[in-house]
Amino acid sequence: MTLLYTEIEEELRASVRALLADRCPPAAVLKRVESEPADLDLWKTLAGEIGVAGLLIPEELGGAGAGPGEAGVVLEELGRAVTPVPFLTSAVLATRALLPTRDALLGELAEGRRTAALAVSFAASPYRPQRGSAVRAEGGRLSGTVTGVAGADAADVLLVPVDGELYAVEAAAAVVTAGPSLDLTRPVATVTFDRAEARHVGACDLAAVLRLGAALLASEQLGVAEWCLETTLGYVKERHQFARPVGSFQAIKHRLADLWLDVVRARAAARNAVADPSAVSVAVAQAWNAGVAVRVAEEAVQLHGGIGMTWEHPVHLYLKRAKSSEIALGTPGDHRAALASLVDVPGPEGGEQ
Amino acid sequence: MNEAEIKERVAEFLAGHDPAGDRLEFLRARFDAGLAWVWFPKGLGGLGAPRELQQVVERELADTPQINGGKQGIGLGMAAPTILAFGTEEQKRRFLRPLWTGEEIWCQLFSEPGAGSDLATLATRAVRDGDEWVVDGQKVWTSGAHHARWAILVTRTDPDVPKHRGLTYFVCDMQAPGVEVRPLRQITGEAEFNEVFLTGVRLSDDLRLGEVGDGWRVAQTTLMNERVAIGGAPTRRGGGVMATVLDAWRERPELRTHDLHQRLLSLWVEAEVTRLSGARLREQLAAGQPGPEGSGMKLSFAKLNQALTGFDVEFNRDLGYDDWAFRRSEDVDFFGRGPGYRYLRAKGNSIEGGTSEILRNIIAERVLGLPSEPRVDKDVPWKDLPR
Repeated sequence: MTLLYTEIEEELRASVRALLADRCPPAAVLKRVESEPADLDLWKTLAGEIGVAGLLIPEELGGAGAGPGEAGVVLEELGRAVTPVPFLTSAVLATRALLPTRDALLGELAEGRRTAALAVSFAASPYRPQRGSAVRAEGGRLSGTVTGVAGADAADVLLVPVDGELYAVEAAAAVVTAGPSLDLTRPVATVTFDRAEARHVGACDLAAVLRLGAALLASEQLGVAEWCLETTLGYVKERHQFARPVGSFQAIKHRLADLWLDVVRARAAARNAVADPSAVSVAVAQAWNAGVAVRVAEEAVQLHGGIGMTWEHPVHLYLKRAKSSEIALGTPGDHRAALASLVDVPGPEGGEQ
Repeated sequence: MNEAEIKERVAEFLAGHDPAGDRLEFLRARFDAGLAWVWFPKGLGGLGAPRELQQVVERELADTPQINGGKQGIGLGMAAPTILAFGTEEQKRRFLRPLWTGEEIWCQLFSEPGAGSDLATLATRAVRDGDEWVVDGQKVWTSGAHHARWAILVTRTDPDVPKHRGLTYFVCDMQAPGVEVRPLRQITGEAEFNEVFLTGVRLSDDLRLGEVGDGWRVAQTTLMNERVAIGGAPTRRGGGVMATVLDAWRERPELRTHDLHQRLLSLWVEAEVTRLSGARLREQLAAGQPGPEGSGMKLSFAKLNQALTGFDVEFNRDLGYDDWAFRRSEDVDFFGRGPGYRYLRAKGNSIEGGTSEILRNIIAERVLGLPSEPRVDKDVPWKDLPR
C-alpha cells in the first residue's frame, strides 16, 4: 500500500487536466450553470477518449480494470475545475452498485454510451443509506419518491435500490424535477416513480456503495481545496493595498500556511481512503476533507475581498460545491460518530452528563 | 556502496569486536570502522556511503551498545553537520569522534534574552586579542549546558555592519574560566534548560568555525539540520500522546461527557490525518522525492500535543499537580509524569526549535512563495538598531 501517486496515475491526471484546461475553464462553467449545467459533450470525451467512465469496471466487463486510486486522481482534477460531468454519480456510485451483479449495462457505461445515476439521496450516508428514499416495488414496477438525487439530470438510466435489491428504470419512465440547488455545478433533483417499469438487476449492499462514494468524494474535496488555495495564493501575491502585496502581511500569510497544512493532511487522508477504502479510512477522510474543503473555500472568498463576493468570480462555485459536499454521503459529524464505535472511543453512556 | 556491502562491513566489524565487552571501546571501534554515520567521510566515522544505508547499519547493530540520542541530540543533529561543513581537518579530527561516542556532550549557545526568533540580532560580543577571542554576553534556553563539554556559539564580532554580516561562529569550551551555567526553572517546576553567562571567556582562534563575519551562514547550516520533528510522529494509529488520553478515556467512563466525546473524536481525526501525513512524507523521502510537507510536521504536532494535553487535564478533573520540585532533569520524561506536567511541558512545543509563528512564515515564504514583510533592519548597522 502506498500513499503516493503512481506514474500511471500522474499520466492520467495530466491528460484529464489538459482536457479540462481546454474545454472547462471556470468562465465556461460559470456561463452554463444557470441554463444546462451538465456538460455532456465534455463527458463524452472524458468517458470515451480518456476512458474515465470504465476505470472501476474490470476488463472482462468492458472497463479499464483500474481502481479507486486512478478514480481518485480523476476526481481531484474534476474537483479542481468544478467540472459539471457525472463522473462521481455514474462512474463511481452507479457503477459500484452494478459491479456485484456483473450486469451488461456496465459495458455500456464503461464506453460512455450510456450514463446512469443511483436513485439515492446525495444526503444519505453509509450509516443511514435510506435517508430521503421512499420507493416500493410491486410486480416489476416502482412507485415512490427519492429527494436530493445527484446526477439524475444527466442520466439515461436510474438505478434504484429497494429493500436490498437493485432495479434499473429508464430515465424517461420517471419524473425528474430539478429545483434550484445550492451546488450549481452538481444540482440535485427529486425523482418520482409512478408505477414505472423496472428491470430487476440483482442484490445491492447500499451502505457499501455509499462508502466507496464517500472514499472517493474525499479526493474531489481535496481538488476543490487545492484550487481554492492556489487561486487565493495567486491573488494575494498580485493584489496591492497599502503599497504592498496583501500576501506580504503576516495576518494573511499565517492563515494561508495553516490552510496549506490542512490541505497537506487532506491529501494524505484522500490517498489513504483510496488505497484502503475500509470503514475507518473512509470515515477519517470524510471527517477531515469535507471540513477542509469548506474552510479553504470560505477563506478563499474572504481573502479575495470584494471580488470574491461577486457572481462574476468563479470562487463561489467552489464554495457551493464544498458546502454541498460536506453534507453529501454523510456529514463530518456522522463520520466522527461512526468512528466512536469503529475505533473504540465510546460515548458517555452511564457517565456524568 | 550497496546494502550487501554494508552488511558485510558490519559482519566483519562484529567479528572483531565483542558487543558484550566495554561499551565505550565498542563505540570508539564502531566509529573507527566507519559505521557511526555512514554518509560521513572515511576517517571521520563514515564510509562516504549513501545516507539511507545508515538504517541498514542500525538494524544490524540493534542489539549492540547504543549512543544516547537524547543527551547527545545537539551534538549529533546540529554540531556535527556544522563541523563537517565548516571545520578544518584538525577540528573534524578533534571533535567528531568523542561527539559521536558521547564522551563529550554538546550544547547550543544561540538564543539570547534579546534575540529569540530574530537570532541575527544577538549581542554576545567576541573581541580579538592576538591569537585569542574574548567573549562577553548571555545565552539562554540552553538545554543540557550542565552536561556539556563543548558548545556551538554565535557571537557578534563587528557591530558596525548590518546584523547578518557581523557574526562569527565558534566552538566554545564550556570548562573555560568565565563560563557560568545557571539552571533556568521552567513553568513545570523543573529545569531542563539553563542560562549561560559568558564573562571574559578566552577562546583560541583555532576554535573558530568558518570565516570571521561568516557566522550567519554557518548558523544557517546548523539550523537547517535541526531535526525535522517527524521523529515525534507516532507510527501507529492512536499512538503517541493520543494513546495516553485514550487509555484514561477508556478506563474512566464516569468522567466522560458528550461535549468531551465530540472534541475527542475531532482530535482523534486530526491526530490520524497528521500521522498519515507523516507516513506519506516518509514514503516520499524513501522514494528520493522530499516534499515541502516536512516544514509542516512540527507545527502540526505542536498544535495537536497542546490540544490533547489540555484535553487530558480537563477530562481528569484533577486539581492537583504531581510535583513542583525545582530539580535538574536529565531527559524529558513526558509520559512518566502527570497530565498537568504534560500540559505545561507541551507549551514549549510551539517555541523550541522555531516558534510556530516563525514556522508559518517559513511555510508562507519558502513553500507558498508569498512575499516577505518589508524589513527595516536589513541595511542598518547592528549598533544603530533599536533594542
